[in-house]
Amino acid sequence: MACISPDGKPTESGSKMLRALQAGLKSPEEISNEAGLPLFRVRSGLRELTEAGLASQKGDRYELSPKGGEVLGASST
Amino acid sequence: MEEIKEQIGHMPRIGEPAPAFEAVTTHGKLKLEDFKGSWLILFSHPADFTPVCTTEFIAFTEIHPELQKRGVELLGLSVDSVSSHIAWARNVEEKTKVKIPFPIIADLNKEVSLAYGMIHPGQSKTETVRCVFIIDPNQIIRTILYYPLTTGRNMDEILRIIDALQTTDKNAVATPANWRPGDMVVVPPPNTQEMAEERLKQGYECTDWYLCKKKL
Repeated sequence: MACISPDGKPTESGSKMLRALQAGLKSPEEISNEAGLPLFRVRSGLRELTEAGLASQKGDRYELSPKGGEVLGASST
Repeated sequence: MEEIKEQIGHMPRIGEPAPAFEAVTTHGKLKLEDFKGSWLILFSHPADFTPVCTTEFIAFTEIHPELQKRGVELLGLSVDSVSSHIAWARNVEEKTKVKIPFPIIADLNKEVSLAYGMIHPGQSKTETVRCVFIIDPNQIIRTILYYPLTTGRNMDEILRIIDALQTTDKNAVATPANWRPGDMVVVPPPNTQEMAEERLKQGYECTDWYLCKKKL
């Protein structure tokens, strides 16, 4: 897993993507620009974050899930 | 040998869609479709912790910024584990201060290697030869290069091919032998006699009606 560590916490790149989603629905391209990650990493990372229930997909865009918000809050404290 | 030959089956060709894959890499699980919209150089090396491959990875890392400027991503591959790739990348960084910035596929089950015809049993039944697949943003194979196990690749040529393909796509021209950015390009040959006659009046530098060049 590139975005989520074996202990379930987001990695540095996972956290960057979750933070980019805090402001609302974003496309992978917008997340890539905001998080400073290559688009291919964002696309694969979004699959992981969605499968883990930390983000959800609406059409072509993604948003932070309540669980993602909790995990992000916990990892920044 | 026969069994491997059977497994190889179809070899990808220029102009065909690149075979889809989902692979374990040093940057997590990646699919070919994750690279849609970018140019992609998918390249294989025989094995981690080998001398020629180490020089190539350093060289690919050196051209990585130039490739990024051209919208090109790099993706390495060998029949080794992720742990081996990570250990090798860390060793390269420790010994040479070069940090490999691109993902490397751990193709232990040879799924991607076989789909792309990277195993050449006459060279090795277990290791991939040095292949380079240049895949365009629509995921069509645009260039295939094969190098033997003993010959390291030429990064200038890889960059030159990228420049040539992007120039060709943008301007509907072709590029002559040894072309470099800034050199004259070849105007596509005319299809009719009328076009051939008009061609000679258009101010191109023409050797004859079928070989005309122009500045971009």
